[in-house]
Order: sequence, then C-alpha cells, then structure tokens
Amino acid sequence: MAILIDKNTRVITQGITGKTGQFHTRMCRDYANGKACFVAGVHPTKAGQDFEGIPIFASVADAKRQTGATASVIYVPPPGAAAAIWEAVEADLDLVICITEGIPVRDMIEARDRMRKQGRKTVLVGPNCPGVITPEEIKIGIMPGHIHKKGRIGVVSRSGTLTYEAVGQLTELGLGQSSAVGIGGDPVNGLKHIDVLRMFNDDPETDAVIMIGEIGGSDEENAALWAKDNMKKPVVGFIAGVTAPPGKRMGHAGAIISGGKGTADEKLSVMDSCGIRVTRNPAEMGKLLKSVL
Amino acid sequence: MKVHEYQAKEILRSFGVRTPKSIPCFTVDEAVKAAATLGGKVWVVKAQIHAGGRGKGGGVKVAKSADEVRDWAGKILGMQLVTHQTGPLGQKVRRLLVEEGADIRKELYIGLVVDRGSQKVCLMASSEGGMDIEEVAAHTPEKIHKVYVDPVAGLTDAEADDVSLKIGIPEASLPQARVMLQALYRGFWETDASLAEINPLIVTGDGQVLALDAKMNFDSNALHRHPDIVAMRDLDEEDPAEIEASKFDLSYISLDGDIGCLVNGAGLAMATMDTIKLYGASPANFLDVGGGATAEKVTEAFKIMLRNPNLRAILVNIFGGIMKCDTIAQGVVAAAREVKLSVPLVVRMKGTNEDLGKKILADSGLPIITANNMAEAAERVVAASRTH
Repeated sequence: MAILIDKNTRVITQGITGKTGQFHTRMCRDYANGKACFVAGVHPTKAGQDFEGIPIFASVADAKRQTGATASVIYVPPPGAAAAIWEAVEADLDLVICITEGIPVRDMIEARDRMRKQGRKTVLVGPNCPGVITPEEIKIGIMPGHIHKKGRIGVVSRSGTLTYEAVGQLTELGLGQSSAVGIGGDPVNGLKHIDVLRMFNDDPETDAVIMIGEIGGSDEENAALWAKDNMKKPVVGFIAGVTAPPGKRMGHAGAIISGGKGTADEKLSVMDSCGIRVTRNPAEMGKLLKSVL
Repeated sequence: MKVHEYQAKEILRSFGVRTPKSIPCFTVDEAVKAAATLGGKVWVVKAQIHAGGRGKGGGVKVAKSADEVRDWAGKILGMQLVTHQTGPLGQKVRRLLVEEGADIRKELYIGLVVDRGSQKVCLMASSEGGMDIEEVAAHTPEKIHKVYVDPVAGLTDAEADDVSLKIGIPEASLPQARVMLQALYRGFWETDASLAEINPLIVTGDGQVLALDAKMNFDSNALHRHPDIVAMRDLDEEDPAEIEASKFDLSYISLDGDIGCLVNGAGLAMATMDTIKLYGASPANFLDVGGGATAEKVTEAFKIMLRNPNLRAILVNIFGGIMKCDTIAQGVVAAAREVKLSVPLVVRMKGTNEDLGKKILADSGLPIITANNMAEAAERVVAASRTH
C-alpha cells in the first residue's frame, strides 16, 4: 500500500472554508480517487453546510464519527494551526498532515510535548510541508499531482518544489513513486527523515529511496546513521544549502546553520560515510537513483 | 528578529533578570550625562549593534572619568565596527549603552535555544564566561552543561541549583542564581524567543549575580503576539535589500556573488544557488518568490536584484506546480520590459504549461536564454555572466 496513505484513506479537511483550503481541496478531490477520499470538512460554526458536496462538521471528532475518516489535512492559518493539530490528535486520528507555514515554534513545542506525554497514536506530518502523495491513488496536500507516476521509488524531503524537481526527474526517467512525503521545513515538526526511511524500508512496494534534506538541525545525519545498520534498500541523497551563509534563515524557519552546526557539507559527509550515495548536483538526483537500482 | 543589548536587558529585567544599571544613549552629550546620572567612578561605554564580538572589535571601552566617557563615546559613535559577525565592512554604530562598572569575581555563560532533537528549550551553562560559546563547544564540550526544560513545568528549582553548582556559582549566591536562571527561562518562553544568551553572567565581589551582557533573537512567526518587541526593531541594522523584499513578501538574502537568482520555493532556491556554485560562479542572492508569484512580485524581485552593483546575470528557476509556467513567463516578460533589463537573463521553467510558458518567452522578442534543466541553466547563466 505504499506508505501512510492509499486509495482507501478517508480524509477530513481542517480549514476547508478558507481560500487555500478550498483551492487545494478541489485539486485533491480531482486527483485519482480523491472524490471518494475527501469525505469531510470542519468549521466550528458551519456544521450542516457543505463545500461543493463535501459535508462540514463542527469538530474533527464529529467528522470522524460521522464519516469514519482516519486522516486530516490542515490549512488553518498559523495562529490557530497548532490548536487544529491538537484537535485532530485528541480525536485519535491516525494521521494529521499540516500544510500551514508560519506556526510559532512555541506552539509546536507545546503540541509535541502533549502528544508525547499522553502517548497519542496520531502521526503528524509537517507543519510547513507540501503533504503526502501515493501516486494514482490519493494526494493529500498542495503538490502538483500530474508530475507523479505510480511506481516503486520512495521520496522524502523537507522542501516542496525541490521534491517536485526530484519527482519530475524520476517520472521523466520512467521511474514511478510509491509515495512522496514532504516532512516540512520547520524546526519542530512531526515525522522526520528517519521515521519515513523506516516506513519505506518496511514497505514491500518500495525498492529504493531518494532522501532530500537541507541545512539546519541534524535529522539527515540521524537518518543516515540509522540507515547504515538497518536499511535494506538503496538510498540516494541531496542536501540543499552548500552555499548558504551561516546564521541566516534560508526561507524555511528550520533552514539555518547555527553555532557551526547543520551545514550541508557535514550532512553530505555523514550520509556518504553511511553508505548513502549523494550528489551535489540537484539536476542529477533522478539519474543517481537510477544508477543504484 | 534581533534586538540590541540594551533592549534585551530591558525585556529580561521585566522578568526579574538583574543587570548593572545602565542608560542607552544616542549622542556623546547623552553619554556624559548618563555617566553622571549613574554615579560611581567606573563606567563601560558599549557600542550597540546587532552583531557579536563587539569587545574584540573595539566597541566596548572602560572609562574612569567623565572625560574618558566623552572620549570613548566620541570614538565609538559613528565608527564602522568590524567584528567576526559583521563582515569586512563592519556596521556603523548609532547607539551606545553607558553602564556602571562592575566588580567581577567570576564570568560565566548561560544561554537558551530551541533544541530540535528533543523539541524542548535547552538551557546551556558554562563556567567559561566571556568566551565565544561555539569555541567552548568545539574545544571543551565537557564544560557545557545542558538542561532540557519541560515546557509545562518550566525550569525547576532543583534544575537551576544543580546547573548553578556545576558552573561554579558560590553556595551563598545560589538563591540569586536561581532567580536569574528562572527569569531568563520565563523571559525566553513568554516572548517567543529563539535565542537568549547572557555572556558573561557575573558573580560580583559581594556575591551578586548579574547579567553583564544580553542577547535575544525572536521567532518571526510569533511576532504578532509581541507588538512591544516589534517596536524595538532597528532597520539600520538590517540589509536594505532584505527590508525592501520583505515589503513584497519575498524571501531575499544578499550574498556576495554576481549571479542573481529568482526561484519558487526555499529548498529549490538553495539548490539553485548550489548549482551555480557547482558550475564555477557564485550566487548574488537567495530569493524565494513563494507559491503565488505574480507579475508584480517578479517585477519587484528583478528591481531588487538589479540594485546590486555586482550583478552580472540573472537565473530564473521555476518549478511550475500549482503555479503555471505561462503565468510566470508573462510575469518575467513584463518585469524584463519594465525594468529594462541590463544583464543576461536565463530562464528555466518546468512543470505545468511548460510549453506555453516557453512560447511566451520566445515570442516576447527579448534576449532571454532558455534552458531545459537546472544544470543547463546554471551552465548557461555562468557563461552569459562571463561574456557580459
């Protein structure tokens, strides 16, 4: 079933009444099995209404009860986005994908802390991510569906358009994707590279993985060290930001070299030493993957 | 967002952090008057710029008389202060802090950052105050003690006392150190800071625990909750190009190369810079036009890039997803006409309506060089910059 989502996943859209939420709900509904997958929206004062046929409920818990949905996608603006994540977690959804960019770090520290302390089962992807797609089955998020093709390559990345770049290269080479997961560009987030590598490792429908990272933090290093001893499938990688100056936030809240830590060179060298083939040329990501099959 | 030392101290004092008495000044006369108001016999005249390393750069001086205060204030105000963080041109000093002298017995370090691994705030403390903490971390990491703070409980008494003892706070000063550490933590947490650093934290001859310096950065995603902190923003300390770009919701960072880049998405923007480097040149900027790149935004982005005298060529790299390539192409053509483009322009477009976009560029009659992939684009823009 690839990872995280497939054609049987039923999805609640939190923030379905906003402009962004509406636009992307349409695009997701129009992709593959989207019409069957996107079953509910949530708005505290618009219960009983619908968005182009998708019923709106007062809360995530209500929406889950009435539709049996197990996943949600969040387009709620930043000030209320962490609360929206928490609402989905409290409703015991299996998966929450938060697209919203610009959530204060303190809100995310609090939300993640509560998830851990209460031992919540919900898997969080994002925030500040393009979402997750299992090509030709379902897309949850803002990525362009048509560049994807069903296949056996896993993609995991902290960036949006750079992921599309990799996917575009794979598709052009005739290599389809099992799933593509955008884990987001924020410093405090849900799934990390290591978690997604684990899932691809266990997925019988994935043969190899492209792992795309960028400056800041040490997620890529942690994933590489894990992969060295545990990954049964080839992994290739690219890290953006070799030319990024230290101390500057490069667009993403989490893309910053601080205290000399989190440089692209360091990440590339750890990945390389752990058996992950890396390229410094982002135009070569697809070719590199093909070469290890 | 960053603030000056005197502003960070003001914020932290409101949470209970103790500092020596000090007065911010904008002129030499104000500095002399400040020294008189503070009283005492020794004062420190401190340059207020956002960069660190001010002392080594000659921006922090001790004065032992009103004349010396006048002297140092005159020399420091207006100087181009060069530190390891300012770059070779330095930063012009426009503000001073005049502070009473302190009787320093011990110099220590305390700082708070968000730790991404544990997803908690991490308190770092060290006996090696007054030094660059990155140096300490590199050479004597065992001298840095860390506490990962529970976001609900906050920094507990036991944690504060334990770390205080480890960095050599004398037993008699423990209660004061506890107040200091907990106030720093609350100040960090409640203002949505991304960094709070006291270096050095001092213990005086009579056992007082004081913050001799203070540095704070704030999470720009949380500034809407802190209008008082936003009011402290000093635009003189920021890059004019970056300020201009932020008005148009463009994420822009000046770099020292000569190839301008305009890209959608932060990751792809960095990757584009890296590819330019790979083909032998250097990027002049990072620029993410975001998901909704309108013709207006692209035009403003061109104008900002063209203000850079080092600019020798521009590379536009767009992965059209939701944003269609023909829309971008129209924006690029309109922008190139409006700004009367004076340097070579290479455009690489991929994705939705790619062919339509390429046709718009070709039909425009403008000397736009196109490329089919990132590597080709980088190669062509580097070549074009050399012949220009």
